[in-house]
Amino acid sequence: METASKREYVIGPDNTSFFNWKELWDYRELFYFFTWRDVKVKYKQTALGLIWVFLQPVFMVLIFTFSLRMVLNYESSLPYPVFVFSGLVLWNFFSAGVNNAGNSMVSQSNIIKKIYFPRLVIPLSAVISAGFDMLIALLIFIITLFFFQVPVNLSVVYYWPAAILITLIASVGAGCWLSALMVKYRDFRYVIPFLLQALLFLTPIIYPITPRTSIWVTYVMAMNPMFAAIWFFRTPMMFDTTPNTLLLVSVISGVLLFLIGTGYFKRTERYFADLA
Amino acid sequence: MKPILEIQNIGKRFTIGHEQGPYLSFRDKITDLFKASKSKKENFWALDDVSFDVQPGEAVGIIGRNGAGKSTLLKVLSKITPPTRGRIISRGRMASLLEVGTGFHQELTGRENIFLNGSILGMRKKEIVSKFDEIVDFSGVEQFLDTPLKHYSSGMQLRLAFAVAAFLEPEILIIDEVLAVGDAEFQKKCMGKMNEVNKAEGRTILLVSHDMAAITNICSRAILLEKGNIKMQGSASDVVQQYLLQASKYTSSGIISAENASGTKAVKFTEIKLFQSENAEKRYVNSIATSGNVGFEVTLENDLPHHVKTYIAITVFDNRGNKLFTLDNLYTNQPLTLHTGRQTVVCVLQDLPLLPSHYFVNLWCSDGYETFHTVENAFKFEVEKSDVFQTGKIHNINQHGFFFVRNEWSAVN
Repeated sequence: METASKREYVIGPDNTSFFNWKELWDYRELFYFFTWRDVKVKYKQTALGLIWVFLQPVFMVLIFTFSLRMVLNYESSLPYPVFVFSGLVLWNFFSAGVNNAGNSMVSQSNIIKKIYFPRLVIPLSAVISAGFDMLIALLIFIITLFFFQVPVNLSVVYYWPAAILITLIASVGAGCWLSALMVKYRDFRYVIPFLLQALLFLTPIIYPITPRTSIWVTYVMAMNPMFAAIWFFRTPMMFDTTPNTLLLVSVISGVLLFLIGTGYFKRTERYFADLA
Repeated sequence: MKPILEIQNIGKRFTIGHEQGPYLSFRDKITDLFKASKSKKENFWALDDVSFDVQPGEAVGIIGRNGAGKSTLLKVLSKITPPTRGRIISRGRMASLLEVGTGFHQELTGRENIFLNGSILGMRKKEIVSKFDEIVDFSGVEQFLDTPLKHYSSGMQLRLAFAVAAFLEPEILIIDEVLAVGDAEFQKKCMGKMNEVNKAEGRTILLVSHDMAAITNICSRAILLEKGNIKMQGSASDVVQQYLLQASKYTSSGIISAENASGTKAVKFTEIKLFQSENAEKRYVNSIATSGNVGFEVTLENDLPHHVKTYIAITVFDNRGNKLFTLDNLYTNQPLTLHTGRQTVVCVLQDLPLLPSHYFVNLWCSDGYETFHTVENAFKFEVEKSDVFQTGKIHNINQHGFFFVRNEWSAVN
């Protein structure tokens, strides 16, 4: 903030509809410290510490494998555990990110009532700290690929960063939106887990889309950014044909979610301290 | 030179819904739809047309009764909440300290919290690293630096928090009431630091406090707020004196109003009187002569359904806000058991060795665990001139100090 020194600024009732990117950049260290705190606190008092990051996805994969494999009519080139895991790597990131970010403003109301900084730092750092878990899950996933000797088309591995980017944009959008709504309506505390649970089953994470699935059902499913994110993530391992329009719908839904979510956040952030 | 802060016609409106909490729920919104009359809403201007300038290097105190808008003003100045009207032009790096230890996390160690808190207050990591040793030194908790904060005593947490804040280097420092906590020695250290920041380093300070002595010691200028308006501004000692006298307008009756009071109110003060006793006959007075048997008669109301052991403190201040003495039955070890309902308590003084002036009284009562009732400026009384030594010579408060002490003189050998 040395840069802010000697600069004249005005505080008034008017509100601009754009984020002050320069100010956000000035607060990058606070953003780092908030993320660092969330990661540190999460594993500080647990006996197994970082091992939990390994265990969480592994257990989820095992549960889905044993419970759903019998019921589902699964037919694909990919072994089912790898298929589920490939969906959960990004889904868990999205789910934890939205959940952390959605609750972040209310759980840190004591800070926002006492000091000023760009409020966006709070939900953003909540999403990024969830990304830390995702990177570890990704590492285990790569090990799993070797273990099951899954052929990977390395020429399209650049789909992975694209998939992560879509997940990030979607979690930031949804997280900001929900966190701003929760400041105003505490009901969203109960809405978030319900929403995430529903979305887990509405996204082809634990089951594949088969040619038998109705086209209308697939379009409804595609109105969800995680549809494209997970599809992109699986592309290097699955050699399915890409339904371009479906993916486009999904990516657009992600961008819209980001714009609406951060826009709503920006519009309401100045009054957080009065409401929280 | 241009002012470092220009506050122009600031107004802040809050809407008070009478039937809802501070936040809304969908249920309320939905039930509102079916209600014939919408729940009544009222506008409340916490600040109304407040304007003043602050020059670089000035220390300005902001005083006023509870609800006068002091904290709202600081929140608007520190960008926490936007003003409804008006604007503020700021020409310097600002840091606000509305609470000590904002963002402290109990699971993190002292060392980690220094970085986290420093960063929240707006310090660069580089800055924190370079001042780290000084911060630790000021706090005096170096042995526990790698212990999680939850194992710290509240006093230690406060020291650590203050130490971080003390090394902030903004051009404008905004402070709210944070001196009210901590032990006396540490408070003194903090006051010293604030004077140094202002006088030696030339930084601008805006301070809100109920501690009138802190205002007159640190600030050169003061602003008195009343119901969201500036009632008076001028030199700190003038404004403080005016504020105390004005407050006493409400209080010389001795009836305790709900204003300027806090606490659980399970037991609360309803009245305070000063009396002088002559030949076992009590006379209630508002002004007394120096010396002579006097006492305070306090009426309390116990709303609890049972007896309660109560400690009561009566603190006397001079008209500059200096705390002169406290009468406290905790220290005399005479706890009083109050039955349910009203009860009157008497505290008899052998002597009241105060020089002629106006004095102000704060009240406090507690069961030793929680504070039942604290009343600031509960009562005002005057000490009249009287010929204590029967020599025709009378001490003067501007010249001789606060008290008289009985004394005898003789030549030895």
